[in-house]
Amino acid sequence: MRFNQKGNTVAYDMSLFYFVAFLTILFSLLVIFTKNPVYSVLSLIATFFTFTIHYILLNAQFLAVVNFIVYMGAIMVLFLFVLMLMNLNEETEPMKSNLIKIIGVIAGVTLLVTLVGSIHALQTTGVSATPNSEIGLVENLGKVLFSEFLLPFELSSLLLLSAMVGAVLLAKKDKRTNNG
Amino acid sequence: MDNISATIQVVPLNHYILLSAIIFTIGVVGVLIRRNAIIIFMSIELMLNAVNLLLAAFSAYSGDASGQVFVFFIMALAAAEVAIGLAIIVMVYRNTSSIDINILNRLKW
Repeated sequence: MRFNQKGNTVAYDMSLFYFVAFLTILFSLLVIFTKNPVYSVLSLIATFFTFTIHYILLNAQFLAVVNFIVYMGAIMVLFLFVLMLMNLNEETEPMKSNLIKIIGVIAGVTLLVTLVGSIHALQTTGVSATPNSEIGLVENLGKVLFSEFLLPFELSSLLLLSAMVGAVLLAKKDKRTNNG
Repeated sequence: MDNISATIQVVPLNHYILLSAIIFTIGVVGVLIRRNAIIIFMSIELMLNAVNLLLAAFSAYSGDASGQVFVFFIMALAAAEVAIGLAIIVMVYRNTSSIDINILNRLKW
């Protein structure tokens, strides 16, 4: 294993990135192609975990921790809880016809080809070849978050509050209907 | 020579863009080919995560911390969105005993 020129960067083999990228693609394919919704959720958890590894490889430590807590903690518990509540399995799974599936895959591949083509035409000038190792640390991000982005940060608390109220209101049983 | 091998060692930014594009496309395909509302929701989460990774990679490679702050805000937004969306799905399931989105086509009228 060689080290890149930034002495304090976490040195890793380049093949590790490709291995984790392969895992990310594999698990995200499993999310949309498995018939059983429970396996989809489990694949989604694995996908989020590989995203956490990607953040660690980018030395974005704050994002890695937040991704781990928010996605693999909160969001996954929500998904699994709702899934258990609904008692879904492979037999009740609604499937689209094969024609729609083929058309969907073709549309997706077309989108991918368009994106890749535009990436090749992209000029990445002004972007250094090596990642800056310092900015992803909690200290730097905290300074930016509480100086430059203070107002959006406070507004996001309002968003979370309204989301909480909205979720409680939506999930509450309507008293006017009997079968509700 | 040592410097060249050191720069080659680092993953190029284009590969991060490519990975994000692939995952975003997988999310789009998932929305298109599935009828289960929860799976569609997961595909949207995949798309959000692809964008997050791309923003974080751009931020790290261009040395600007704003990108990672945006990712933080997107994560807060995604948490709120999941809570609301799953509440809506629970309500739909309670009313129709199914989470097939084709049942919801009466919303068109």
